[in-house]
Order: sequence, then C-alpha cells, then structure tokens
Amino acid sequence: MSAPSTLLNETAGGAGRDLNAQALRADARRESLRLLALLAPSLFLVFAIIIVPIGWLFWLSLYDENGALSASNYGRFFEQASYIKTFITTFKVAFIVTGACVLLGYPLAYMLSQLPRRAASICLIFVILPFWTSVLVRTYAWLVILQRKGLINSWLIDLGVISQPLSLANNLSGVVIGMTHILLPFLVLPLYASMKTIDTDCLRAGMNLGAGPVATFRQIFFPLSLPGLASGVVIVFVLCLGFFVTPALMGGGKVIMWAMRMEQTTSLYSNWGAGAALGVVLLVVTLALLGLFQWLLGARATGVWSSR
Amino acid sequence: MNRTSVSILAVAGLMATVAAPAMAGDTITVASWGGTYQEAQTKAFFTPTADALGITIKQDTTNGLDDVRLQVTGNAVKWDITELGADECARGSKEGLFEKLDYGIIDKSGINPKLVHDDWVGISYTSVVLIYRTDVFGDKGPKTWADFWNVEKFPGRRALSSSQATETLSVAALASGLPIDKVYPVDIDGALKSVDKIRGHVDAWWTSGAQAMQLVKDGEVDMASIWNGRAGTLKKEGAPVSFSFDQGVLTADCMVIPKGAKNKEAAMKALAMFVSPQLQANLPLYVDNGPVNEKAFETGKIPPERIKDINSAPENVKKQVLQDAEFWRDTLVEATEKFNNLIQQ
Repeated sequence: MSAPSTLLNETAGGAGRDLNAQALRADARRESLRLLALLAPSLFLVFAIIIVPIGWLFWLSLYDENGALSASNYGRFFEQASYIKTFITTFKVAFIVTGACVLLGYPLAYMLSQLPRRAASICLIFVILPFWTSVLVRTYAWLVILQRKGLINSWLIDLGVISQPLSLANNLSGVVIGMTHILLPFLVLPLYASMKTIDTDCLRAGMNLGAGPVATFRQIFFPLSLPGLASGVVIVFVLCLGFFVTPALMGGGKVIMWAMRMEQTTSLYSNWGAGAALGVVLLVVTLALLGLFQWLLGARATGVWSSR
Repeated sequence: MNRTSVSILAVAGLMATVAAPAMAGDTITVASWGGTYQEAQTKAFFTPTADALGITIKQDTTNGLDDVRLQVTGNAVKWDITELGADECARGSKEGLFEKLDYGIIDKSGINPKLVHDDWVGISYTSVVLIYRTDVFGDKGPKTWADFWNVEKFPGRRALSSSQATETLSVAALASGLPIDKVYPVDIDGALKSVDKIRGHVDAWWTSGAQAMQLVKDGEVDMASIWNGRAGTLKKEGAPVSFSFDQGVLTADCMVIPKGAKNKEAAMKALAMFVSPQLQANLPLYVDNGPVNEKAFETGKIPPERIKDINSAPENVKKQVLQDAEFWRDTLVEATEKFNNLIQQ
C-alpha cells in the first residue's frame, strides 16, 4: 500500500474503503453492461441464425412421420445396414484424404516458407487460384483427366505403360484424388502461416551447436510447425466429413458419404426428421472430434479461428 | 410479387362472388424441372395457354415433392401449379398436400386412368431405356434387360441408376425374365435378388440424368439404363449409341395444384389446357418426353415420321412397362432402404 491510500484509510476509515469498492464494482458492472449492449446485435444474430435453427433441427429429428415423439429416426441407423456402412465410408475417406493432404501439403508449405518472399507469393497464387474456382468445375476437370478414356489413361496406353485403362474415376481413388486437390489449400495456408513465424535464429542456434540439417529440422523446425499442422489437419478432416459434390460425381455411386445420404434420406422420407437426424449425428460427431483434437493437441490447434 | 398477387387475389375473389368465371389479367406461377424440358413446356404449353386465357404465366423451377411440402406445411405456397414425378404425386396426395382437381374443367379423356386422380393428373412420359455403345458392340449389343444381366455373352462396363431405386427394380424384374404385363405388382425381394446378381458387375451407379449421359458419352461404360430424353440427345450429338423402347419402363410426370395455391381457379383452367390434345401434341415437337394424352397423336400436328420415336406413341407404349405410382407410394421407403443396403454391401 502506498502512502496516500493509507492516509485516505486513516481519514475516511473502513466506510471509505467500502464506498470505493462499491464505486469500482458499479463501474465494472456498467462497463460490462455497455459491452453487452455493444455485443447484443451480434449475439442476437448468432442466436437467431445458428442456435435456433440447430435447436430446431434437433427438435425435428425427434418426430416420426405421424408427428409423434420417437427415436425412430435414430433407430433407423442401426436397422438399415447401409447407414453404418456410409458412416464408416465417410470416416475412411476423411482419414485417407487428410493423410494425403499432409503428405503433399507439408513439403509444399515447407518449400513456400523457405523461398524468398517474391517467389513465395507467386507460388502461393498457384495454391490459392484453384481455391477460387468452383468445386464443381474442378471436379468435372478431374473426371476428364481420370476416366477410362481420359488424359492419364490415354497417355499411359499410348506410351505402352499399361494395356488396360486404370480405374481412376468412379471409385474410391477418384474421390480421394478429387477431394485431396480441393482440400489441399486448407492445409497449406495455416501451415505456411505458422512456418513463416518460426524464428530462423532458433534454427541457426541449433546449427551453431552442431546439429546437422536433418537434426535441425527434426528437433527444432518440425516441433515448432506442429500447431500449424494440427490446425490444418483439423480443418481438412472436418470439411471431409461434410463433403458432397466431389464424392457424388467422382464416386460413381460406390462411395456414399454422409452428406449424400442426407440428401437421399430427406427426399425419401415424408418427414423432415429423417434427414434432420443425419444432420444432428454429423454435427455431434464433428463437435466431439473438435473437442478431442482440442484435448489432444491443446487449444492452439483448434484455435485457428480465434485471434492469433 | 406479393402485393400484386394479393390485389389480383382480391379482384379474383370479388369476381368469384359475383359468379364471374372470367380470369383475364390473372397471373399464375408454374414450376417445373427447368432446363430444356421446361423450355419445351414453355413453347408447348405455357405460352399458348397464357395467350388463349389472357393470363400471365410466371415460371419457377422445383426440386420435387420436398419443395411442395415445405411450401404447404409452411403456409407459404408460391406456386399455383407444379410438376412432379408420378410417385411423388401419389405420395403427396396421401399426405394431403394438393387441391382437388375439377374434372368438369379438365377433360381427362385420352389420359391413362392410372394417371388420373382426385388431386393429380399426368402431364408427360419419360422412359427408362437400355442404351449401348455401337463402337463396342456394333449392332449386336444387348437388346433386353436379360442381355444386360448376361455378363458372359455381353462383357463390358455397366451403369444403372441408384437414385431411382424404383426404376432399377422394375428393370431388374424384367431382367429376371418376367413379361412386361407381369412386372407389377413388383415382387420386391425377387427384384432385389436380380439386382444382387448384377451389382458386382456395375461399374457406376448414376444419380442424375446428366451423369448417366456423361458415363455413356465418354465411354466410361459400354451399356447403361438411361432416360430416353438423354439417350435421344446423345444420338443427336452423334455419339455411337443405340437404344430402343423395347422393355422400356414408362414413368409419368404429373401436375398438381398445391394446397392453398393463391390462384386456384385460373390454375385449373391452365391445367385443363396443358393436358388438352392440342397442346399435348406440341410437346414432342420440342423434346423427347411423350404426351400423356394419347389423343395428341390424332391431332395431325405430330409428323408421322416423328411418331415412331415418341415413347408414348401407342405402338411404343405396348412394348413398355408403366411404373405404377400407387404401388410405389406404399412401398418406396422400404424398397429403397433395402436397395441401398444391397448395393452398398
């Protein structure tokens, strides 16, 4: 305690301290009310366009076609084998695509981060440009390249590498190739951003202490790039779970993912609840996964969309 | 649109109370599937009707029964008439989504009675046909669904529809050797057994007409089930393909007036015009979907050399199975779930 406050305490006694505290509390309350008032419009917006529809979706999913409360929309997932199969396929595709994105995206982001600024920004344009092109257009382009009489197969046959065309489209491989291409920027961009922030002095210090290039990368650069990698992986994985266009066009009807099933079920059943239940399952699973990632990797991984 | 339609409604209401049937100046909104089909309908049905009745016909596109259900249950009916698939009409009718039709205004003669109901009426036909590539098979390709199922005699890549389970089940029933008049009522488990035999040899399951067309056009498959309109387009574009209406599956489209439609009376008159032989005869002049009213073939409007290519011409109807909308109304969900379980195994 400084001298003036001691003086104040002595002159005004305990009552003065209380008054002071009260005034501070009231001020704090006013402050938070003001903040709340400032936040109110956006909070209301979030509530009206996110919380209410999701709550409604959940509510709808609890009704059967006769308008009675029931769990039949969820029971269906266990009665009909195709739903579980779809669920497994969705996760399988998400794992493979995320893995492929990491294998391709990490070296790419690393290269971008090591290039001189000007060269890096030109290369980044090549990463971002497809990002701006419609998913539908890119998927059809892949179909042209991958199908039996497409570019790759005709080149390989002309070169005599293969005699029978490879099955690249209308199956799992087509879906994986198409989705990897579309989702790659979602991994590369956060990873590149995090790699750029790695202090090169740390790397130099490591070298100075006798670490070779491999050890420097493995022990210093790689661990420091992990938060960026983790956030990229989370984004890609979560986006995979809800993918529709690419599997629908590239899968040849053999790779049915959850979002495609939602569309099918919504039009097949006369009650919205049937489709809503699929939506609720996807939402819950996605949130649970985000929670799991957060728990495993720490807040920084899932905190990409918070300020950094 | 709201303010004008409200005032129109008010005027129409006023006129109705003085028992005046005149509709001149009314505006109705008709929804259909869009694309070349709706363009053809515009030329064949909508423009002539608007001119004859002195009304304005606005257009919209629909995704099907879901849209109607959303509008009717949400008390926000935008459309006065909308097109649907016949099985959707049958289902929507069971759900009570449509207004009753007045067959005093709509003349149902010439329309197959299976497509004339209290609250929905057929409007046009599409056929599911077997198409094959002539650069692979010459003219000795698979002609029947039994041929399509015969993988030894006709080796090659195959595509069937997975989105239209009911059509694929009808085709599967034909493949198991049933004559066309014995397909309905479909023995669903028997048809599924038939699907089970071919599913390992299906290289792609299509979910849209455009996809079916692309698979055949690019040679991704050598034979497929496909809608006749898409098959006709492929042929016109010069793709090496062949198809016929033998063992085709005729599926009807229908039109309804959604419950709570704002201009019901004008809609009824317009619908009467749409199904009349004169306007029905216009449709095959612009698109491969056949007229639902067989009297259209007696109007003399359709050139004789065109008639043989129209799926609903009496000669061609004999070769095909008509999808029974009411049968599928009651069995669709169960059959589709079983079908999905099977092809995703």
